[in-house]
Amino acid sequence: MKKLLISIVLANLLVACASQKPKEPEAVAPAPVVETPAPAPAPMVAVDPLNDPASILSKRSVYFPFDVSAVQEADKPIVEAHGKYLSEHPDRMVRVEGNADERGSNEYNLALGQRRAESVKKMLELGGAKASQIETVSYGEEKPVCTEHNEACWKQNRRSDIKYQ
Amino acid sequence: MVLHVLRGMVGLLLLVQASMASAALSIEIIGAGEHQIPVAIVPFGGDENLSLSINAVIVGDLQRSGLFRLIDPLGKSPHQLADVSYPDWQVRGADALLIGSVALQPNGRIEASFRLLDVVKQTQLVGQSVSANSNQMRAVGHRISDLIYEKLTGDKGVFSTRIAYVNRLGKKQYRLIVADSDGYNEQNVLEQSEPIMSPAWSPDGSHLAYVSFETGHAVVYVQSLYTGQRAVLADFRGSNSAPAWSPDGKQLAVVLTRDGSSEIYLVRPDGSGLRRITFSGAIDTEPNFSPDGQSLLFTSDRGGSAQIYTTQVAGGPEQRLTFGDGNNFSPHYSPDGKGFVYTHFVTGQFFIATQDFQSGQVEILTLGGWEKNPSFAPNGKLILFASEARGRGILATVSSDGRVQQHMFTQSGDAREPVWGPHL
Repeated sequence: MKKLLISIVLANLLVACASQKPKEPEAVAPAPVVETPAPAPAPMVAVDPLNDPASILSKRSVYFPFDVSAVQEADKPIVEAHGKYLSEHPDRMVRVEGNADERGSNEYNLALGQRRAESVKKMLELGGAKASQIETVSYGEEKPVCTEHNEACWKQNRRSDIKYQ
Repeated sequence: MVLHVLRGMVGLLLLVQASMASAALSIEIIGAGEHQIPVAIVPFGGDENLSLSINAVIVGDLQRSGLFRLIDPLGKSPHQLADVSYPDWQVRGADALLIGSVALQPNGRIEASFRLLDVVKQTQLVGQSVSANSNQMRAVGHRISDLIYEKLTGDKGVFSTRIAYVNRLGKKQYRLIVADSDGYNEQNVLEQSEPIMSPAWSPDGSHLAYVSFETGHAVVYVQSLYTGQRAVLADFRGSNSAPAWSPDGKQLAVVLTRDGSSEIYLVRPDGSGLRRITFSGAIDTEPNFSPDGQSLLFTSDRGGSAQIYTTQVAGGPEQRLTFGDGNNFSPHYSPDGKGFVYTHFVTGQFFIATQDFQSGQVEILTLGGWEKNPSFAPNGKLILFASEARGRGILATVSSDGRVQQHMFTQSGDAREPVWGPHL
């Protein structure tokens, strides 16, 4: 039982490390956990590609041009890979969170963020995921990762995040 | 045709730091009305004994409206009609004169008796007594200001009305605030670590509808301002947002994504009777009811960019109202229903603009910046909106003719998405 717990801790740690999102809360305090692995033998589960930093699945965010909600060519392989992963792991669930920059009304941006989440969901489904595995939400412009009035900031905020639950 | 009203005003730009009793909030006034009415406000007898000067509240109200020029009493301080010598005030150039007295009663209430006098005709315009609990001194001042405003301009005053807005303090603290129309007397309606959006007043001022992310996605709630009780109005999958009350208070328009795209629905205040009314497949959001309850304004990107449209609540043709460069958002009807105010976004800047239905004439009322979410005061003379100054989100108003602006700096953090409440 203890071994299993440690494996889960390790797995969670890897998930946290693999995450690209700058402000994800669970990624904030990994340091103390690193000191515990000494007695752990080989992990009890096979390495999940989701937790492999070298895998495309480690990428969880896709970015959009201004006032656009279609997944861009460059980001399609990321979304397709997650769609394939979800089809192979029907027990896994994701939450797709859409965001927008501040150039628009708050409500329009909430709608735009929702559409960005929906367009990622549609592509996940094309990749084989089931609709029931995917929840979509929008934060609009309400949860910016960057708050300055410039394009360097805005482009970080025009984003959908794929978050495994 | 677009009129840049403010451009003609810049020449006479003046900045007044209103003298306010509290340091918690500061107010700056920019510009002046075309025809300011000269008024002398004599400090009330007994005002100096109060913990808060009622006269300061009245003076602040009248100054902020931009419609009055305050005449210095220059040492004259009559408190009763018998002490008034009209020639004194004619010499000073006053058209109207306010005198009176205020006292704390033995029962703990304060009572203010006042007279507004027409200096030219040498007659009394109004004389009244106003009493209130001693913790409502600001309300007494606002009430007197409303009477002065109404007698001298012919329009109903809005100094006693309230506003609602969202106060964001960093990334983890959000407050829904109700305050007096001058930004003072803040009260927390809700405080939490997740964002709050889009407060909307019920027509009788008793409830706020708003959007909260406290459960992880956008959900619409309705909350009583008297009991604090709240209920979920709409919590379907995806986003539930943009509540707007019908003028009779019997239904709300909300925006839901439960069927895919953001579409407008009608629902009763208890959450029953849900009915979808737009079907564009594009973004349809920010519904706002006309004063007669028959029509809606809303924002849609069905034409490829965000623009303002109108439709009939009972069903009917949808018509686009804004054209030209840029995007347009957040329409709110004027109280007389003859036009609307909205946010105009062009060349990277937001402006507050109005459009008249009959002529189609557009007026840009502000100089531009981060200006969003305009709504009319219930008398139609002022527009409240969110702006930004010194790196903070602030509350701002502009007169509906674009001549006078004021900036209200709230205590801390960013003020967002303000909305003006109804007459109570």
